[in-house]
Amino acid sequence: MSGRARTLALQTRALRIVGWALLAVLVVVPALWVLFFAPTTGKWATAFGSAVHDPKDFLITVLNGVTAAALYFVVASGFTLIFGLMRVVNMAHGAFFLLGGYIALRIQRNLVGEGAGFGLTSAQVNLTHWIVPAIIATLAIAALGVAMQQIFLRWNQGQELRQALITIAISIILADQMLAHFGGVAEDIAWPRNWDTFVNLRVQGIQYTETRLVILVIALAIGLLLWVWLKRTRTGMIIRAGVDDRAMVSALGINIQLTFAIAFAVGSGLAGLGGVIGGSFASLAPGVDANWLLYSLVVVIIGGMGSLGGAAIGSLLLGLTTNFSAAYLPSSYTYYSIIFTFALVAVVLAVRPLGLFGRPA
Amino acid sequence: MRVTPDRIVGVLALVLALAAPLYVSSYWVGTLLTQMLFLGIVAASLIFLSAYGGMVSLAQVAVFGIAGFVVGNATTNGNTKGLNLGWSPWWGVVAGILVAVAAGLLFGALASRSIGIYFLMITLTYSVIANLVFGQVTDVSGFGGISGIPAPNGIGPVDAHQNRLYYVTLAVAFAIYVLLRYVSRTPFGLTLQGVRDDPVRMASLGYNVALHRTIAFAFASFVAAVGGVLFVWWNGHIDPASIDLGATIDVLVIAVVGGLFRLEGAWVGALFFVIVNNYSQQISFIGPRFHTLIGAIFLVIVLVSPGGLVGLWERAMALSFGRRRGPSDRTPIEVGQVEPSV
Repeated sequence: MSGRARTLALQTRALRIVGWALLAVLVVVPALWVLFFAPTTGKWATAFGSAVHDPKDFLITVLNGVTAAALYFVVASGFTLIFGLMRVVNMAHGAFFLLGGYIALRIQRNLVGEGAGFGLTSAQVNLTHWIVPAIIATLAIAALGVAMQQIFLRWNQGQELRQALITIAISIILADQMLAHFGGVAEDIAWPRNWDTFVNLRVQGIQYTETRLVILVIALAIGLLLWVWLKRTRTGMIIRAGVDDRAMVSALGINIQLTFAIAFAVGSGLAGLGGVIGGSFASLAPGVDANWLLYSLVVVIIGGMGSLGGAAIGSLLLGLTTNFSAAYLPSSYTYYSIIFTFALVAVVLAVRPLGLFGRPA
Repeated sequence: MRVTPDRIVGVLALVLALAAPLYVSSYWVGTLLTQMLFLGIVAASLIFLSAYGGMVSLAQVAVFGIAGFVVGNATTNGNTKGLNLGWSPWWGVVAGILVAVAAGLLFGALASRSIGIYFLMITLTYSVIANLVFGQVTDVSGFGGISGIPAPNGIGPVDAHQNRLYYVTLAVAFAIYVLLRYVSRTPFGLTLQGVRDDPVRMASLGYNVALHRTIAFAFASFVAAVGGVLFVWWNGHIDPASIDLGATIDVLVIAVVGGLFRLEGAWVGALFFVIVNNYSQQISFIGPRFHTLIGAIFLVIVLVSPGGLVGLWERAMALSFGRRRGPSDRTPIEVGQVEPSV
């Protein structure tokens, strides 16, 4: 081994040690802070104090993190499905999310009718008034995704960067048209009245929002369905084979174009469904599309592109990071919580450039 | 020096730019052309990375914004948001560029082991996060941004002396262009192009691929930061909306419409962009829907001419002069592709 190569190897090893040490500090210090040291008074006062001091709010923060992760997963699993099979980074995923929400919003207001012009309250909305718009919006966005794939992306297959640029162009147009048609004021979809209550969890006397638990159930159901679909059905097997070797699958006489269209429909539909849930959970406004594109990107960068399990872990990490940093930073500094999202991405990239579950293409 | 159509057009453009205040209105000089020049600088940093490093970065606007916000925090005094450090404008420039390059080093180091669409996604993440940071952290900006940022004496006050800032921006843009051309011919620039074409081979030849990408990214951050400084001098104000996803995409549009593989494309695209932005307002059926129009133009350019407007020009020259196919015909937006298509 030449001197130069040996120095290089030493440098690499030193860097790796520094990286892992940094990672340990970044994980251990916040964990100790949250569990034992977060105070409730003084300069560094936090909203709840440490977990030992206030286990109830700690549990609520965990639940908030997990339920936020559930919604991240619904949206990001669609993003990662499309990427995994087709190597298409759908930069219009955020715009699809927002459009799905707006479509459901309009349908819901038309269904309920009276007084809907000024926004609805949950008292006016029953289960059908939420589920029917959600299904229609999901199908509409699935159709839009397939249309985009067939018209613009199909004949550029393999030209990854060009496809990404095409979807960026479409997201610009969609965002501008949504601003024109739906305006710049934040609006939200009303939850059905039977969901808009609190549930007694019988742990520490926590009364928890039922809608958040509904989101969690929907996400678990979607995760399970996707898993069964990908692992147990013929289409799923073709998709997994296509992820590994598209050319070979094609050569075996399988209509891979049909599979691509199906995957694009499912992936886009999940963005639309995510938009309906997100629009009920938070709100719909210009700029929301950028945020949800960011969440999808962060989840797949952390978890690894094209991996369903990676999307689940990535969502969980992102959901917990955002909720814990917002709840456990000292009260006068909570607006720094966005930095932690960046730190999460930075740490994962430093240790594993392809994400936790990523594999080289 | 041989006379080629490219060089004739280049000299002509420079002469026209130098003489601009003589033949166009002060609105054109002070608003459109100055804006074109600094947007061109930011786009040039993107094109440099893409053409010579094979990295299409969406973080250039984030770096541009970091420089602008640091200048704003450092040089304002009293009546606005931010830290109000009250430094002299020149120290503000130094601080702005240093902080932006440091951020660029960090960003570059983290993304340096990724290529192609991965790189695109990671840099887009930086960009959206930078926007959110400046929107949420009220110590340095907050939603409303920083106002009343002064240009240095001798250049400002900008409203009274529009031509001064125009010529300063023109000189800086020209210097940046020359610098980028020069760097691309240095051993570093040549190695970078080797890394772009075949990272595995360069690594086995003993070059540190990630380090070259990181340094290239930091250097491009310097260029984008210069654009950010000129922007806050010109605008006197910066807020998170100056660096939101829309702004990020605007710069990408400029680079792609101009041409992702030649530096000149940056200013060609920027000129096109500011003119369309300015005049589309007056067309009745477009009106405020400028972004639909620019999105459609972007889509057509990506579908039809991956080389952008400069690519069209090169193709036209190749047809009329029968020149052999230049480097620009290598569809640059395929850089980083690893898999064959089906």
